[in-house]
Amino acid sequence: MSYLPYAVAAWLFIVGLYGVISSRNLIHLVICVGVIQSSSYVLLLSIGYRAGRVAPIFADIPANTLAVDPIVQALMLTDIVVEVTVIALLLSLAVQIHKRHGTLNPDRLMKVSG
Amino acid sequence: MTRRVRKIFFLLSAAALVWVFFLAYSPLAPFGYVQSKYGDMVNAITVPERHITDAVTAVNFDVRGFDTLGEEFILFTSVMGVLLLMRRQKDEPAGDHEDKAADRMIPPASDAVRVTSLLLIAPTVLFGLYIVTHGQVTPGGGFQGGVILSTAPLLLYLCADYRPFRRAVPQRLIEASEAFGAAAYILIGGACVALGGLFLQNSLPLGQSGSLTSGGMVPFINLGVGLEVSGGLSLALLVYLEELLEEKEQ
Amino acid sequence: MLPVFPVVLPLFAAALLAALTKLVSQRLSQGIAIAATLATLGIESYLLHASAEQPIVYWFGNWLPRHGIALGISFTVDPIGAGLGTFASVLTLAALVFSSKYFDAAGNHFHALLLAFLAAMCGFCLSGDMFNMFVFFELMSAAAFALCGYKTEDPGSLQGSLNFAVTNTIGAYFVLSGIGLLYARTGALNMAQMGRALGAGPLDSLVLIGFVFIVCGYLIKAAVVPFHFWLADAHAVAPTPICILFSGVMVEMGLFALARIYWDVFNHALHPHLAGLRTLFVTIGVVTAFIGAFMCYLQRNVKRLLAFSTISHIGLMTIGVGLFTPEGLAGAAVYTLGHGAVKAGLFLVAGILLHRFESVDEFDLYAKGRRQRWTAAVFFAGGIALCGLPFSGLAAGDDLVHAAAAATGFNWVRLISLFAGAVTSAAVLRAGGRIFFGWGPAGDQSSAPKHEEKPETERGHDHTPATMFVPAAALVAAGLLVGLTPNLKPAASTAAMQFENTNAYATRVLDAQPAPAPLPPRPAPTEIFSGLLTVLGAITIAAVHLFSDRARDISAAIAKPLQLLHQIHSGHVGDYVAFLTFGMACFGLLCAYCFR
Repeated sequence: MSYLPYAVAAWLFIVGLYGVISSRNLIHLVICVGVIQSSSYVLLLSIGYRAGRVAPIFADIPANTLAVDPIVQALMLTDIVVEVTVIALLLSLAVQIHKRHGTLNPDRLMKVSG
Repeated sequence: MTRRVRKIFFLLSAAALVWVFFLAYSPLAPFGYVQSKYGDMVNAITVPERHITDAVTAVNFDVRGFDTLGEEFILFTSVMGVLLLMRRQKDEPAGDHEDKAADRMIPPASDAVRVTSLLLIAPTVLFGLYIVTHGQVTPGGGFQGGVILSTAPLLLYLCADYRPFRRAVPQRLIEASEAFGAAAYILIGGACVALGGLFLQNSLPLGQSGSLTSGGMVPFINLGVGLEVSGGLSLALLVYLEELLEEKEQ
Repeated sequence: MLPVFPVVLPLFAAALLAALTKLVSQRLSQGIAIAATLATLGIESYLLHASAEQPIVYWFGNWLPRHGIALGISFTVDPIGAGLGTFASVLTLAALVFSSKYFDAAGNHFHALLLAFLAAMCGFCLSGDMFNMFVFFELMSAAAFALCGYKTEDPGSLQGSLNFAVTNTIGAYFVLSGIGLLYARTGALNMAQMGRALGAGPLDSLVLIGFVFIVCGYLIKAAVVPFHFWLADAHAVAPTPICILFSGVMVEMGLFALARIYWDVFNHALHPHLAGLRTLFVTIGVVTAFIGAFMCYLQRNVKRLLAFSTISHIGLMTIGVGLFTPEGLAGAAVYTLGHGAVKAGLFLVAGILLHRFESVDEFDLYAKGRRQRWTAAVFFAGGIALCGLPFSGLAAGDDLVHAAAAATGFNWVRLISLFAGAVTSAAVLRAGGRIFFGWGPAGDQSSAPKHEEKPETERGHDHTPATMFVPAAALVAAGLLVGLTPNLKPAASTAAMQFENTNAYATRVLDAQPAPAPLPPRPAPTEIFSGLLTVLGAITIAAVHLFSDRARDISAAIAKPLQLLHQIHSGHVGDYVAFLTFGMACFGLLCAYCFR
């Protein structure tokens, strides 16, 4: 009987948000967005776990063995791909920003405002 | 807002958000005791109805295969986005900005690194293909295998220098195969319609459970996805390397 | 098979274009993209027509529900979703035609990304599965982030795109957390099944906060206050053809998601608290309409001005959706058509100005447009239409929303739309007066700081090509004429009734039972008087601002305290995320404690 995984998910979300608002470097900021995304992995996987059951791989066990929920695991796989690609896009924006602004510090980028 | 104001404002809001998370998660059943008929039902049908022994693959590529089509195109779109964003502008004379770490050259790879990388390339490709083709049997499939395959160009880069590496990599071919891999998912879905089913309706022979040919259309989809993922990640890698190294060389 | 096409066809064309990147010329690639968009448009409009009686349900892979448990993913086509998809195809077509002059080395990638964007919007509108909606939402975002940063030579463009990407990605992960919560409770991802399960179960803080996470995550895309900051940055810097998709339809997708999720998933569970929800969303709408209107009036960059006007109009649409009645939703849908077309036309005029004079700054362009008679005509027609000229598309939407508001006791909503319409429209007319006639002084104290905008086209600055002018004129004309379509209001009301019939939807999806035919809607009266009053107000504000020195002094005095608003819109991504956290926490606590 444990609620720890849910607490970890919430913690990762909040700490990621803190990283984003306090960041002085866009690369760091992008990785913090990644931390927020990790929160959803923890949440999804902990929702899918069933105490005492096996992984949903029936290659060498009988097909009627009770297994954990495969749906959320599949969702999480999708989620990983989404995260990787969004991070790649954000990083390429960061590279170009460094090239054009000469800085990665969000405090010094003030081209759009008002 | 100044940094200090922003932090205080955030910390106050975050304190409230912590409470919101507590309210949201506390009614959940404890870890390990959440129930879902959906998951149990899928576990019960994946082997009898699809001859797929990895239920996660069955969900990803068959039961909820359409999600994965979207997912594959997210990858495809992002790679295209990276190519678009990292393109060299006409007004940008190469090296119009200063190299912030001009004195930090990239050290040449040592012989040990070169030999190890060279030795690793073939096993890596083999392992990647193994993972791509066994998705319906054990954990793996096109996404995981594709990622492993895309490390092969990186190993190639480690064992050669940048220039020869660049010449050896057929970028045009990778671009075409990436796009083909993405289109293959749609073509397979369309082929299901041509066979008289609905889009992505698995009506190929299902084969023997636990064998390479089990799962009907699933292994074919995995091949396409493997091509797309390995191609897409290699392209992104090439673009980033180009950005970094061509700058360093000037 | 047909419901698959609007997603699959553009994606396939995108893959084709990417495969042939260096082999086909950019003209040909544009041709392929236009052909794919036209085909999508055709299929979407057929779906719109075919789903009028019954929603069309399509189960991918033939995984039909078993014992009321959905196994696969369904597309559930209804006229509201199909209509929004049709409209997205129309705007994509306009963007493709307009972008003829935008070719550079990245031409093919640009077209492929636009097609992926279109496919994602269509999928988002048609999907009947919660997680599938999230997937298409992310596909839409990935394409939008890249397209927004297209002008990589412009530093502002990159920063706007980054702000857009970071805030919207965080929003998406709120959505996913919400989906996880609801899955833990209901064991379902299909929206109809979720709705049934939630209706049967207790309404506790898990369900309420699941609702807040999902809805607010999508409302970040809809840019309602306090989640609106990214919108102005992204719109001001995105290439003009992309702006019309952002403003015209992508932002509205967030509101569509609110309607879809409330009616299909939460209607049974939250129905006892309908009055409270109405108050909440109408309040959000009113605040958004006000802040958008104020900020709009203070801008000097025409694209940024139009972007804030979009925020203001989104506020009005939020009121329509947030009244949670068929007329309100129908009003918001019609409003989307009218507003999207007119706003797209205005953005294209801004694009023409940028092409001709390499600027979109109201004061830089002072009197430069004197000889652009036709362009001026389109701009002023758009400006007038924007405040709800009687019988235009926006006015038809307003009529429906006002009828819905009157029926639910929010009669004063018409004053809000009068004010927001007049102020945003006056800002457009004021800018038009300066640019095309040289009215008023050439400088002003009260406006926002200046932003440089890089030109988007490379040559041909001495004339306006037909590929730029025709889409602009056609869109503004369409926005004006759509209100005259016979049967528009009753058809939209019928569609909205079908959309909001939660039980019929669930039996159709899960039990394959036909839904009962919707009742004939109540007719909404056409309000000529308040429309004319708004137009008059807009013209008066613009004229007084341009021609009266004293009025300008007064408005400068009023603008002083509004400097705080300027400072809040700082362009700093950390500030935006802090506001996002604040908003999410407020909504979460409000819902958890008020609707228990």
